[in-house]
Amino acid sequence: MGPGALFIAVFLACAVEAVEATTIVLAAGTAREWRSALIGLGGGLIVLAIVVAVLGPAVSAIPLGALRLVVGGLLLAFGIQWLKKAILRAGGRKALRDETAAFAKEVAAARDATGQRRGFVSDWYAFTLSFKGVVLEGFEVVFIALTFGSNQHNIGLAAIAAVAAVLVIAAVGIAVRAPLSRVPENSLKFVVGIMLTSFGTFWGAEGAGASWPGNDSSLPALIAAVLVASVLLVMWLRRTATTGAGRSGRTVGTAEVAS
Amino acid sequence: MSVLRGIKGVFAFLYDFIVGDDWLVAVAVIIALAITYAVSQTSVSAWWVLPVAVLLILPIALKRATRPH
Repeated sequence: MGPGALFIAVFLACAVEAVEATTIVLAAGTAREWRSALIGLGGGLIVLAIVVAVLGPAVSAIPLGALRLVVGGLLLAFGIQWLKKAILRAGGRKALRDETAAFAKEVAAARDATGQRRGFVSDWYAFTLSFKGVVLEGFEVVFIALTFGSNQHNIGLAAIAAVAAVLVIAAVGIAVRAPLSRVPENSLKFVVGIMLTSFGTFWGAEGAGASWPGNDSSLPALIAAVLVASVLLVMWLRRTATTGAGRSGRTVGTAEVAS
Repeated sequence: MSVLRGIKGVFAFLYDFIVGDDWLVAVAVIIALAITYAVSQTSVSAWWVLPVAVLLILPIALKRATRPH
């Protein structure tokens, strides 16, 4: 895996998470108060920076074999869950993620909540909404950047890719002051799910003592195999959704909000 | 009390983050890694175990997610 591939993989995965965090911060700022929402954003970023500062050197100190076993296993479990949701969305069995609907839902909840001043934060609800959104989505960004970076001995480049993704998405969000509904988020999630599962499989197997035929050159074949399997599973879900929709009513529309 | 609640919250977050809504996936991944390790200790190649496991786990997880409750 070259530096370019590492950068693209981390950038795409982190961009998806950044879109969701941006929607939450925008909702907190628009419906409540921008100052408190931005303090929440800053506080969340400080927490994430501390996590990276603590975990980064600790992860780098772990021997590569053990690191790949643990990180590969975590990435594989995480990736399969992610890919499962992406396949369910593409197969019409789970509502597509709709940033406009997510934004409207957050704004409605924020407008109904009562405000409260605490210390220098004038609107505690806006602060906590923004803070929690940034920390929860940010943990996934940190996890992806650390796992990919440590496995490739290039945490610096992975961190640059993650920060670049967050900055690009945040800049667009601030510029448009609206949910980033034009980002093809569901397609990105499908691609990222395939990448997480493929890399998790590759590193997990190496960590458990297996040797891949052709070493790193088998990774593109693995990605292609996961892609083909995923597309086939989407086709299977769509076919069963069509034949079973009248009976079970399990198909969903796109206007709902999905996580 | 609030510290205890905080610790429980962190564990709940980690569980949801790694295990998600289907614990069977996490268990299957651990078993597949163990099989990979066991096969790698023999003269047989072990690289194929995890890809096969993924091809088995994904459809089962999808089936569990779409079955009527």
